[in-house]
Amino acid sequence: MDEIKAGLSEIDCDVLVIGGGTAGPMAAYKAKMKNPDAKVVLLEKANVKRSGAISMGMDGLNNAVIPGHSTPEQYTKEITIANDGIVDQAAVLKYAQNCFEIIQELDKFGIRFQKDENGDYDVKKVHHMGTYVLPMPNGETVKKALYRQLRRARILISNRFMATRLITGKSGRIAGAVAVNTRSGEFLVVRAKTVIMSMGAAGRLGLPTSGYLFGTYENPANSGEGYAMAYHAGAKLANLECFQINPLIKDYNGPACAYVAGPFGGYTANAKGERFIECDYWSGQMMQEFYKELQSGNGPVFLRLNHLHKETAEHIEQILHTVERPSRGRFHEARGTHYAETMIEMHISEIGFCSGHSASGVFVDEFARTTVPGLYAAGDMASVPHNYMLGAFTNGAIAGEHAIDFAAEVDFEEFDRTDVAREQERVLAPTRREDGIPPNQIEYKVRRLVNDYLQPPKVTRKYELAQARFAEVREDLENAMVVRDSHELMRAMEVASILDCADMAACASLYRTESRWGLYHWRTDFPERNDADWKCHVLLSKQADGSMGCEKRAVQPYIVPISDDEKDAYYKQRITAEA
Amino acid sequence: MPLANTSTAVPVVVDEGKCIADKGCTVCVDVCPLDVLRISELTGKAYMKFDECWYCMPCEADCPTGAVTVNIPYLLK
Repeated sequence: MDEIKAGLSEIDCDVLVIGGGTAGPMAAYKAKMKNPDAKVVLLEKANVKRSGAISMGMDGLNNAVIPGHSTPEQYTKEITIANDGIVDQAAVLKYAQNCFEIIQELDKFGIRFQKDENGDYDVKKVHHMGTYVLPMPNGETVKKALYRQLRRARILISNRFMATRLITGKSGRIAGAVAVNTRSGEFLVVRAKTVIMSMGAAGRLGLPTSGYLFGTYENPANSGEGYAMAYHAGAKLANLECFQINPLIKDYNGPACAYVAGPFGGYTANAKGERFIECDYWSGQMMQEFYKELQSGNGPVFLRLNHLHKETAEHIEQILHTVERPSRGRFHEARGTHYAETMIEMHISEIGFCSGHSASGVFVDEFARTTVPGLYAAGDMASVPHNYMLGAFTNGAIAGEHAIDFAAEVDFEEFDRTDVAREQERVLAPTRREDGIPPNQIEYKVRRLVNDYLQPPKVTRKYELAQARFAEVREDLENAMVVRDSHELMRAMEVASILDCADMAACASLYRTESRWGLYHWRTDFPERNDADWKCHVLLSKQADGSMGCEKRAVQPYIVPISDDEKDAYYKQRITAEA
Repeated sequence: MPLANTSTAVPVVVDEGKCIADKGCTVCVDVCPLDVLRISELTGKAYMKFDECWYCMPCEADCPTGAVTVNIPYLLK
């Protein structure tokens, strides 16, 4: 195993789905359900059984729009305000209208949602304004339930194949993808009428404070290939300067989970045990207050549960130590910390791209279409903001159903065969060298530079220095990186994506010369929000000359109006001093 | 530049008495999202080959004999 072999095979399909985490399986399933005669292929770098952000399940839905509790219009308003107004509402509204149907479908798959004594969904309030959080009592079974459906629907699954580049045809339409086997280095060319990308966050961008490369908030398999591949295929990417930065349990780097603890009375506290933010829902403005408290004389910041009844605190502990990141219990055990007794130290995560929690993603419309014809994106890598797991499922479904219809109307796009040969050469170049620099050292260096220069507060001169240093590392990556087996080859391809994402983070951040989204885009040399010039999207793409560039794009007129006295609700996070 | 071999303590531990990889089981290797486990050619048992762990636990949860234990990596413990 892991020995690099020569090999190239080719398959055809109607719909190619890349990424078997959350959005991908749902996209493949919905495409196949709508047209059972179509050939749907699901490509996954790891194994669909346990891949992606929800590898070990999820404790609940963070954005469930359920009749009787909230309306699609209310949700659209909340997310518009939470994302500082930079939202094309059509996609958010479409999600909000469709997500209840998906909840009912997941229920049929065997995933249970918490109900009260009247049999009504037991939805909790965590957001600033509305009520959208629904616990999942058997949330650890999500992936297994999905996998059963994929097998039943006879989706063709290719595990351990890592897509490295998309192929586009002469007209610019999608033609397929090139992938490499992570266990053998053999290539697979997939000719496809449509491609749906569901490749997760760019979660291996910043370096965690522990210094452990894989101790990231996101599943480190989500290393940003989706962003990099979309970029190289000519797609536009939206608002990459709106970084993902999350509040976490320090060192463990998993969510402290105020969404779980909040409804029971738990909260984020300073060293004095006092609340300092009004609302624990993750937004840039909330993170700004978190960051200020960390740096202040009242810091650091803690998750506080030790004021609750012992049984309540232990119940929360039991939920948090069973799903999503279950090794959390082991971490606390080793340190001798118990939620019922002590406050748990928190910190902020490394930076990343993830629309699931913020807004940075491949630009898509309400049908999950990117700006490349025939190419779709869904889940954490697509630009529908604050989308979470249910957004991945729902928008994956929307993508699958739209893509299968598109595939029925088109033939395979012609493409230049030399594109495939060139990609094979790019991938294999590090295998041709006898010695050089291994991928893990290049990765450490890129991510250390990301922390040194890109982590907010953002400073123009530091960003320019970062760009110069990234260019030097790129020289090494292209001319001196060496790999000895197929496993290292996968890491080498990942670090190439990580470096592309670092460059994109720098380029987009420098372009938007204002501050917005609280900590996510806090530029100390442009400290004010400037709605007159910047209440718009920033779209980044590869320019005709091959360089990286940005443009403004107007926010589409709101479907759900936002009144002036509501638009800054998320800026009122800090609890004012008691009288 | 020549390469060195630097040792690290890995977080995933396999109880070789319980592991049935020598009977053809590959569950832990299959489910790992980071693909860091392998079957040893020497012992026929599973082991952690690459120190690239998210301490996420599918290997432990899905092991049919309870042979796998996921510890917290030393750097963040």
